[in-house]
Amino acid sequence: MLRGIPASPGIAIGKVLCLDSEEFTVPDRVIPKGEVKGEIQRFKKALGQTRKEILLIQNRITREMGRGHAEIFNAHLLVLEDTMLIDEVVAQVEKQRLPVENVFLKVIKKYINVFSKMDDEYLKERISDIDDVGKRVLRVLMGKERKTLQNLKEPMIIVSYDLSPSDTAMIQKGHVIGFATDIGGRTSHTAIMAKSLEIPAVVGLEDITKRTKNGDTVIVDGIKGLVFINPTEDIIKKYRVEKKRFEEFGRDLLKLKDLPSKTLDGHRIGIAANIELPEELPSCIAHGADGIGLYRSEYFYMNRSDLPTEEEQYHAYKLVAKQMAPHSVIIRTLDLGGDKFLSQLDIPHEMNPFLGWRAIRFCLARPDVFKIQLRAILRASVDGKLKIMYPLISGVEEVQQANKLLNELKEELRRKRIPFDEAIEVGAMIETPSAAMTCDLLAKEVKFFSIGTNDLIQYSLAIDRANERIAYLYAPTHPGVLRLIKQVIDAGHRSNIWVGMCGEMASEPSFALLLLGLGLDEFSMSAGSIPKVKHLIRSVKLSDAQKIAEHALTLPTAKEIEIYALAKVKELVPDLADVSYAEGLEKKVNE
Amino acid sequence: MQNDQGLHARPAALFVQLANRFSSNITVRKGRREASGKSIMGILTLAIGKGSQVEMICDGEDAEKACHALEKLLLKELE
Repeated sequence: MLRGIPASPGIAIGKVLCLDSEEFTVPDRVIPKGEVKGEIQRFKKALGQTRKEILLIQNRITREMGRGHAEIFNAHLLVLEDTMLIDEVVAQVEKQRLPVENVFLKVIKKYINVFSKMDDEYLKERISDIDDVGKRVLRVLMGKERKTLQNLKEPMIIVSYDLSPSDTAMIQKGHVIGFATDIGGRTSHTAIMAKSLEIPAVVGLEDITKRTKNGDTVIVDGIKGLVFINPTEDIIKKYRVEKKRFEEFGRDLLKLKDLPSKTLDGHRIGIAANIELPEELPSCIAHGADGIGLYRSEYFYMNRSDLPTEEEQYHAYKLVAKQMAPHSVIIRTLDLGGDKFLSQLDIPHEMNPFLGWRAIRFCLARPDVFKIQLRAILRASVDGKLKIMYPLISGVEEVQQANKLLNELKEELRRKRIPFDEAIEVGAMIETPSAAMTCDLLAKEVKFFSIGTNDLIQYSLAIDRANERIAYLYAPTHPGVLRLIKQVIDAGHRSNIWVGMCGEMASEPSFALLLLGLGLDEFSMSAGSIPKVKHLIRSVKLSDAQKIAEHALTLPTAKEIEIYALAKVKELVPDLADVSYAEGLEKKVNE
Repeated sequence: MQNDQGLHARPAALFVQLANRFSSNITVRKGRREASGKSIMGILTLAIGKGSQVEMICDGEDAEKACHALEKLLLKELE
């Protein structure tokens, strides 16, 4: 049994598919003509990335063993830059229309074959160098875009070191029934995607990729954070019962779906869903979402080599707007950078991508890209109730500049007599400490705030949430974080604008209780979490939640606040605490 | 080629690196086969061992400079 971090609740029992061991099973489908250019671009990008990897190794070897030992890597680098090799791969991709991994592997094999026939011992040894470089490139090529996830024949549990946004974007629900990864935390990308797809997941297992192989049977317990490898029949039996119980509780909560999310003392609280793909809409509706509080638009841009056109975006936004009407849908404008990169936009590698050229900063620098998205949103706004939200705002100027662009586009549409919603609301995401501290000023420029807690916590506590060594410091209940949140809500209310939250924090019952008490107007979360938060809201009085939040703000540490809030949830909503949080609470109290 | 290793991995790498500093086309010919002097795979495929006889053709604006520099490398600097 392995213990990791529970990332998405639920239980999965099934066969393992190890992503990392499949790296040389190259895809052999014929690619459409339109994708050829993208394949070649992908190849060149992989060469660039491999080059960086090799340079790092070379530097280390030079430092540790001296220049002479490092010189052989010059030959590796030359293989990467070799015009003959690159031209051959490019020409074959164009001619055969096969994925670049496939062609590259063949070309490398051909060279290895040529060298192995040479009557020269020294040259024969060079085969290992070519093989080494070739494998490295293939690893980069296939590690980035694991096409295997797209064509699964039976439901599988994915075991991998980590999952990138491009990996998860390709997952088809029903084909992947569980995740188990070596690294990651509760708010890592894998966890967020798993929750939104309602796939049980355990992350941070450290070395599960070394302990399992394809075809092993595993149980993923996403409630307790456990993984069993080739368990006994007894354990499987026990877990089948457990799985059934969990699913029944979920169904019970689902009965709340048509009931209003109203506190016991009659205050209506908004409850919305976060989505990445339009395919998630049926699940949002089934879970009783009052709207979409966060539509992450960048997934529309991923896993393709060109940029989405205005028409494509327009149709997608229109579909979402229509399906959710009369409820509102908040589209977050392109939020790339950080851990989300798009190969078609040539974004340079940065030392600190989370502090770098990303989100609104990128969009304002590339109005050509930004305007296409804004125009598509405006045009789709007549088909429902769309709202626009700018990510990573760090000051008033950015909102003003973005609004200026938006106003120009509105003027253009009016001139061309293309209809759009004149009353479309614009909001700012509050996810930097500077935005939180200047909310009174930002409130003059926008109609709503949405607090993005994942980034707000990482920026205000100065913690990289993907770094396992300091993950323990990542605390949503840190008094500093709670005070910032309170300040944002209070400033919003003083200016008569509403304040929502679209971070994962809103979906944890104990945190949600505190946020309710702090006055949050709308909670937005992965669809699967909605019933339990709705259940919480319907089980407490707003006046009690306010008292609880007030007391929590007087406590000195994140841990004390968390334990206090968990205890209050257990006291006020015992059934909720019993099923999904008993384990977590006991662990906290015992620590 | 007089050096012990011929034009193999490390010497070949030095040769190709130097060749890439020039804009001229550089072709290396051994017997009936030839390869671009800017391609490590090409050079390695020629299997230039000790005692091999090769011909080098530089064609372009800086051909003369390229030819001198590469010749110097082959004859003197590689050992």
